[in-house]
Amino acid sequence: MAQVELRQVRKSYGGDEIIRGVDLMLRDRELTVFVGPSGCGKSTLLRLIAGLEEITSGDVLIDGERVNEVPPSKRGLALVFQSYALYPHMTVAENMSFSLKLAGVGKAERERKVMEAARILHLEALLTRRPKDLSGGQRQRVAIGRAIVRHPKVFLFDEPLSNLDAALRVRMRLELTRLHRELEATMIYVTHDQVEAMTMADRIVVLQGGQVEQVGSPMELYNHPANQFVAGFIGSPRMNFLEAKAKENGEGETELVIGGSTATAPARLGVDLTGTGDAVTLGIRPEHVQVVSSGGLPTRVQGVEHLGSESYLHLATIAGEPLTVRVNGQTEVRPEQTVEVAFDPRFVHIFDRNGASLRRADDPSSSPAKPVGIGPGVSVV
Amino acid sequence: MSTTQTSAGRRSRASGLPGAGNAGFYANLPSIGVLLLWSVVPLGMTLWFCFRRYNLMAPERNGFDGLGNFRYLLSDPGLGMAVWNTVLLLGAVLVITVGLGTLLAVLFDQEFFGRGLARVLLLAPFFVMPTVSALLWKDMMLQPDNGVLAFLWRSFGFRPVDWFGRLPLLSIIVIVSWQWLPFAVLTLLTAVQSLDAERIEAARMDGAGPIALFRYILWPHLGRAVSATVMIETIFLLGVFAEIYVTTAGGPGFASTNLSFLIYRYVLMEYDIGGAAVASLLAIFLANLLALFLMRSFARNLDT
Repeated sequence: MAQVELRQVRKSYGGDEIIRGVDLMLRDRELTVFVGPSGCGKSTLLRLIAGLEEITSGDVLIDGERVNEVPPSKRGLALVFQSYALYPHMTVAENMSFSLKLAGVGKAERERKVMEAARILHLEALLTRRPKDLSGGQRQRVAIGRAIVRHPKVFLFDEPLSNLDAALRVRMRLELTRLHRELEATMIYVTHDQVEAMTMADRIVVLQGGQVEQVGSPMELYNHPANQFVAGFIGSPRMNFLEAKAKENGEGETELVIGGSTATAPARLGVDLTGTGDAVTLGIRPEHVQVVSSGGLPTRVQGVEHLGSESYLHLATIAGEPLTVRVNGQTEVRPEQTVEVAFDPRFVHIFDRNGASLRRADDPSSSPAKPVGIGPGVSVV
Repeated sequence: MSTTQTSAGRRSRASGLPGAGNAGFYANLPSIGVLLLWSVVPLGMTLWFCFRRYNLMAPERNGFDGLGNFRYLLSDPGLGMAVWNTVLLLGAVLVITVGLGTLLAVLFDQEFFGRGLARVLLLAPFFVMPTVSALLWKDMMLQPDNGVLAFLWRSFGFRPVDWFGRLPLLSIIVIVSWQWLPFAVLTLLTAVQSLDAERIEAARMDGAGPIALFRYILWPHLGRAVSATVMIETIFLLGVFAEIYVTTAGGPGFASTNLSFLIYRYVLMEYDIGGAAVASLLAIFLANLLALFLMRSFARNLDT
């Protein structure tokens, strides 16, 4: 097992820089997820590690050894492709043992390793079939089996679940984490789906525009996003963002004006407003907004989504900004109604004009402050 | 394969509708009639002529001849040569076009400067009529006094070769291969381009070098395209005629006579309709034998 290190890795196609100087340390036996919107360079980064693309500048190190010039098959990595990329004219067993055959491994040894992988993946009964006779989930498992037989230092996954239906995706997600535990393997997993990232990762690397936005455990990213992009990307439904004006009042407190309503925050918020002007963005997740009977921010209900276990209210503030709120599944709120909402102050994020986080929400375990409404003259924190 | 089965099933269900069955039969009658006129009647006539004494030079000496024509043909020293030449021509051209075609297809799959133009030039021979290309080769390339190859041979200090006199069948193989190479490249190139890029990358990750990549990934992938190319080329190559007629006229002796040219010799050089009919029968037999062989070995390939 191994660790992978990237040092100032850059990749350009023609004049376009796709990866713009990435520094990363991927630890041994961790499942690291690269996540980001499409075109953020996460797959390219994986392919650079795999050696399928050449690095323009910077270094890739596996176990401390520079592998820039090492061909893909010699890096000791195995890649599971999005399309599975199985060999259609070979049986499942032949697909899985192809790399061993090329490496000159004897027949008995090949069979033993294939059987071992097949047992882990429950593929024993399918070994003589061809890929066209397999279901999507089975093909996926064969693709993983092909990686396992090589005993790679690092497993690489390129959006492996995106071709499966929703139910199967949930099952494969669990199966992959089980596999990660069982094999005690270092894994790098690329996905655009933040749910996969949250549920599977030991650590998440959020990428945007070829740059690392933030690295951390799922809950770190959820609780303490470094910037507005990460805050909006992690968590579903996404965090609400409201334009706000912030200024210090004479009494060492911060006043926030949201859509015509003023909220006062004590100075201990620690928001340094110098250099930001007075325009900030307030971030609050749907699960941290509450509907209150009075004294809150007045909003109009645009739509209601009932999911059974919970419901989502899609609201608009007076200024017309959208706001999503998670409420009880049995909610009686109907569209076109007016409701007032309050924010749980422990979970309020504040971002400056450039999107950098000025104040990360407190750790939820501390400060058992009760939720307070935000409205004219009502303090937020 | 499955699609043809379902459409066939649908058709049989449609004809199973009340009153529809007979209508379908009558609607098909015209095409069945044309097929009858086109293939069955000539075949019947050929069979009929096989057993007749029928020579245009001596039309009065006609009548039933039993197996006379067969005896005559089998005693003809040209027959064995013609069959052998037919098979040799077919086999050689298939090997050259498919072999070279695969290499060129892989080459033309790469990006290089002027690829578009090179592709057009590569395909050009296919659009030249057989007679014209044979003439080009005869009078421009292989002509022993002023031909391009003669010039090349001389400039390297060798004596020019009298291609059609010394190596008649080889010359014809070269001409026909030149004509059919574009077809092979075209079909194989589309097949090469349909190979999934991720599959190649997976093989690279598995440690496959260029040779292993070709042997285990590309060649199996090309199986169907190769089968189709071989079958279609076989159909046309069994009946090569114009190239022989224009260049060697089947000679010297029978050295470049294939079955179709032998039939032509019987009919229009010896005016022996009976003998030609038997030779045609043999050609049909040979074609079916080859078809059977091809179907056996390639049908499985087409099925997957």
